[in-house]
Amino acid sequence: MIGPSSIGIEHYIVVSSILFVLGVLGIFLNRKNVIIILMAIELILLAVNLNFVAFSAFLHDLTGQIFAMFVLTVAAGEAAIGLAILVIYFRRRGTIAVDDVNRMKG
Amino acid sequence: MIQAFAFYLFAVLVIASGAFCILARNPVHSVLWLIVAFFNAAGLMVLVGAEFIAMLLVIVYVGAVAVLFLFVVMMLDIDFAELRAGFVRNFPLGIALALVLVSELVLGLGALKVGGLKLGASDGSAMTATGQSNIEAIGALLYSRYLFVFEASGMILLVAMIGAIVLTHRQRSDTRGQNISRQVARRPDEATRNERPEVGQGIQL
Repeated sequence: MIGPSSIGIEHYIVVSSILFVLGVLGIFLNRKNVIIILMAIELILLAVNLNFVAFSAFLHDLTGQIFAMFVLTVAAGEAAIGLAILVIYFRRRGTIAVDDVNRMKG
Repeated sequence: MIQAFAFYLFAVLVIASGAFCILARNPVHSVLWLIVAFFNAAGLMVLVGAEFIAMLLVIVYVGAVAVLFLFVVMMLDIDFAELRAGFVRNFPLGIALALVLVSELVLGLGALKVGGLKLGASDGSAMTATGQSNIEAIGALLYSRYLFVFEASGMILLVAMIGAIVLTHRQRSDTRGQNISRQVARRPDEATRNERPEVGQGIQL
């Protein structure tokens, strides 16, 4: 059986790497659905936060946790603005398919 | 033992719910899987003693961002089957890209296992003091060294809030709102009139 001391920084890096790759994969798989793309971006930022916190605990340095908080702030603002843009886009076009968003010329 | 068990439980759940989040057919299910992922990531953060960030993650993400997503998904009337159309076509490209990224990360981890780079040690200015709780230490650092960055992040949230309101607000001309001052200022003699109609005649309204 695995002892508690065997959980190291590598385990956390592996988890956050897999989460990051899942986020990128989500963007590529759901190219049309902008809501899922925004959620995939949230997954990527979560992976980054997990990395920040793991290294902060590993190095006994609190700066990582402070920056994880700032990443959280920016992620919340980005979600609010992104969803607002999505709502007005849907109001004008009646769809949220993003692969033909090339008509935003004035 | 219990720590390792908790770590593997949270890790497996966070990865599985992340995968379900990007693969779910229904976006409402995607949001709910995202909430599960955030809860388990918060669990992973609690395991290393970062309870403040973990609670922030639960409160801000599950309480605000995920609910915002859920609200928008349910408010917009979208044909989601049509949006799934490119899923199969994009699948090989997405998997290839994911494999490239994973192999890069595996390469980095392998290099770390072999020896890794020797970075300098931290200067100790933000060291965690013993006998101090996580929240206390973060507060002491946040309100002294990172005060201006903290203020700037508050400014970002303010701009995001104003931007979201300005973007989505619209003046509707097809609704008839209540004009309270006009209602209050109305007198009985402008609202009613006395008529004495002839027998057999109606009243002109």
